Amino acid sequence: MPGELTQDRIQKTWERSKDDPPANRRAAGAPHFANPPTVIVMVGLPARGKTYMSKKLTRYLNWIGLPTKVFNVGEYRREAVKNCSSYDFFKPDNECAVKIRQQCALAALRDVHSYLKDEGGQIAVFDATNTTRDRREMILQFGSDNGFKIFFIESVCDDPSVIASNIMEVKVSCPDYRDCNKTDAMLDFQRRIECYKTSYQPLDPDQHDRNLSFIKVIDVGRRFLVNRIQNHIQSKIIYYLMNIHVQPRSIYLCRHGESTDNLEGRLGGDSGLSPRGKQFSAALAGFVEEQQLQDLKVWSSQLCRSIQTAERLGVPYEQWKALNEIDAGMCEEMTYNEMKQKFPEEFALRDEDKYYYRYPAGESYQDLVQRVEPVIMDLERQENVLVICHQAVMRCLLAYFLDKSAEEMPYLKCPLHTVLKLTPVAYGCKVESISLNVEAVNTHRDRPEDVKRGPGTLIRRNSVTPLTSPESNIKKPRIDDLDEADFSELPPSVSSPSLCSPSHTPISLSGQHWLGRVCLT
Amino acid sequence: MMRGSSGTKLTHQPDRAVCMTNCPTLIVTVGLPARGKTYISKKLTRYLNWIGVPTREFNVGQYRRDFVKIYKSFEFFRPDNEEGLKIRRQCASAALNDVRQYLTEEGGQVAVFDATNTTRERRETIIQFAEQNGFKVFFVESVCEDPDVIQENIVQVKLSSPDYTNCNTEEAVEDFLKRIKCYENSYETLEEVLDRDLSYIKIMDVGQRYMVNRVLDHIQSRIVYYLMNIHITPRSIYLCRHGESELNVTGRIGGDSGLTPRGKAFGKKLSQFLETQGISDLKVWTSQMKRTIQTAEALNVPYEQWKVLNEIDAGVCEEMMYEEIQDHYPLEFALRDQDKYRYRYPKGESYEDLVQRLEPVIMELERQENVLVVCHQAVMRCLLAYFLDKTAEELPYLKCPLHTVLKLTPVAYGCKVESISLNVESVNTHRERPENVAVSRMSKEALLTVPAHQ
Repeated sequence: MPGELTQDRIQKTWERSKDDPPANRRAAGAPHFANPPTVIVMVGLPARGKTYMSKKLTRYLNWIGLPTKVFNVGEYRREAVKNCSSYDFFKPDNECAVKIRQQCALAALRDVHSYLKDEGGQIAVFDATNTTRDRREMILQFGSDNGFKIFFIESVCDDPSVIASNIMEVKVSCPDYRDCNKTDAMLDFQRRIECYKTSYQPLDPDQHDRNLSFIKVIDVGRRFLVNRIQNHIQSKIIYYLMNIHVQPRSIYLCRHGESTDNLEGRLGGDSGLSPRGKQFSAALAGFVEEQQLQDLKVWSSQLCRSIQTAERLGVPYEQWKALNEIDAGMCEEMTYNEMKQKFPEEFALRDEDKYYYRYPAGESYQDLVQRVEPVIMDLERQENVLVICHQAVMRCLLAYFLDKSAEEMPYLKCPLHTVLKLTPVAYGCKVESISLNVEAVNTHRDRPEDVKRGPGTLIRRNSVTPLTSPESNIKKPRIDDLDEADFSELPPSVSSPSLCSPSHTPISLSGQHWLGRVCLT
Repeated sequence: MMRGSSGTKLTHQPDRAVCMTNCPTLIVTVGLPARGKTYISKKLTRYLNWIGVPTREFNVGQYRRDFVKIYKSFEFFRPDNEEGLKIRRQCASAALNDVRQYLTEEGGQVAVFDATNTTRERRETIIQFAEQNGFKVFFVESVCEDPDVIQENIVQVKLSSPDYTNCNTEEAVEDFLKRIKCYENSYETLEEVLDRDLSYIKIMDVGQRYMVNRVLDHIQSRIVYYLMNIHITPRSIYLCRHGESELNVTGRIGGDSGLTPRGKAFGKKLSQFLETQGISDLKVWTSQMKRTIQTAEALNVPYEQWKVLNEIDAGVCEEMMYEEIQDHYPLEFALRDQDKYRYRYPKGESYEDLVQRLEPVIMELERQENVLVVCHQAVMRCLLAYFLDKTAEELPYLKCPLHTVLKLTPVAYGCKVESISLNVESVNTHRERPENVAVSRMSKEALLTVPAHQ
């Protein structure tokens, strides 16, 4: 007999009535079909974009709701070895160094194990060169011992200009070279690459590696070789990798001009622009012209206020229903006060867990992410784009680009009449906030102080440093002189004092900023 | 998101250059006979049309059959058969001509040119043709040397071909294998170096491996993603609606009500039915609405909830009876009857919106094997239209009655459908298109086709 169903008060999902207290986990937004934990293993010579892809992929996977974390073996190495500004460390005949590097890889794998087994992680990205069959065999064994699926991403590139450009963008400013000038750093790094070349065994789809699941990314995405896709998540990862590119470009995000509903403090609805909103549209048109962009695509939602804003620009634009504002269901067109009066419980629940909270007969931020995902995928393919959307939608998109957690997303500041210009830089995204100097009401509502917090939402840490808890600050023996190294045993986990707490990261220069804090000396 | 497909609208600038993102695309299959080219062509065409991209396939073999009324033997395909070669070239040209007409005059966006196209020379001709007409070219090559797969293909689709109506199985297979041999010597596969400037996907061993080169735009990216998700492992997809709900019985649309006693009985019957089917590893999917979940609960197996499987949002008409809609919104009601596919309820959705929302479900259904989807009337119509290749016009009127399971099994180039009623009485919720759809019509005429309810 069909059992009794109850509706979760926050997510409005129907579930079997339970006698036990509600589970601490929130229901996933969409079935993810990613049941066995997965280890994504990067493969490739230095300066082939492995870390770039690792970080980007991790950001995407976390955003769609899959707890993912990067484990960069170079970070572990920097922790273990104080001074590493010479390629000598990477010479294949430097036995002591080889041992250290091996230990670092093992330490990283131990943390991978911990993340996937004990910390609720779903996907771990093992970011290292992994250029030899031996190393990969060890990882495959590790996967098999623990029931993890292994998926390789190999980046192959022999274009010298691409490699030089990579080195300039992310290597010369790396902590390894803090005491060097750029030219010396470049030279040393190129020698470092040579150290790996002789032992490099690329993935071989025809013979040795024909039974492995992998994607080979060739020449920065010009060509791909895909072997034995096993499941949904691998398929999505491949689709994502095939859509990203490294061409310089900017993405402009803004909301529609102030609407008449905004003036009355009403949620949702489909009203038109207020006089100030129209002023903003004119200012936006001027701004777009000033930017002097070739080939700017303009996207808008299908709601009146966005379309009116886009129309004023006088250029072709595309309407996406997926960009429509979050559906407030039964609370559509109410003011916050009206909602508080008519649905006091709903009002309180929303403040308790704003990301997962679904309006009755409406949507949640979690639903929005799913709805807006095709927009993100297309944005990745595009070059210069201006997206005219809405407060909640813009917070979703921004959270993707700036790697904000589910907890932060609903509180990101996206004021009216302000354009955010996002430009990819190094491993992250530069943000410029440009106010167009047209007055508007403030529609931002901060999390109230006195509110009871809901069960912890996923706090992803895709900062590169490992670690189970911030308290453990195990200092490891530093190796000042390689000859003295005694590395019979590394402590169970490599510690790092830095844990970039996301809520304190300033809005500017995200990504870059973290990199500075993460690459410790 | 497709330019100009459901959910997005382009504002046009008439004097824009022809070849921007809205360039028509010519997909060109490549491969020896019996490698699945036509299977892929038809499936891809069906998918693209369903997501709103006007697509048509042009099978050169069909042109050849129309021209050479009677097929005698594989000799026609011998590389030294001058007469045969001439005819085949003409057929290819005729097909390309029709492609040109479809893409430039008939509003087509994608044409699938389905032929062996196994020589570089032939492909070069096509590339030039495309360049002259401003079409983008994307090659889809299928490479397979597994004799079991090839044999299976021949049995499934070649034996029943018009070419072999007068042969017995053995003769047909033997002839076809010789036909394949005719192509083998001149076969020039797409190569990493020689063809590095072309856009293509090479599918190897029925999807075990793929080589993808120079994906140029959104549509090519979507095509690649689709092709990497389909498979040919035998399986069945079961579609049904939730059991009869309380709102169903009162003739109301939408809402989130629970099951009636008859609806619950259906749940039990469904559970028994599934057991008789003896399916290994059946996945069960439901929407996030109470009535589908209650139905799935009766099955006593794990199931996944998808919000995107929720019923179409009727906006301001939610929970209304048709009579009430006619009363309060007679104009809207008439407009809906005029174009039920594109009509969007005020503050709600259209079938067109539904298709866009359901696309991830279709993609995942392609990846999966045996699946039961417990959903809703409009949603089920959309999914069914995808599997049975129904047009936008037919889709909103497909019959999806309560308490009936549709079992879909892929067969040859299409889908076999079995309709299984589980013999539990229910109300009828299907409203046919009335004769009079004019805005000026009378209430009586509008309500003529409303099914009976409490």
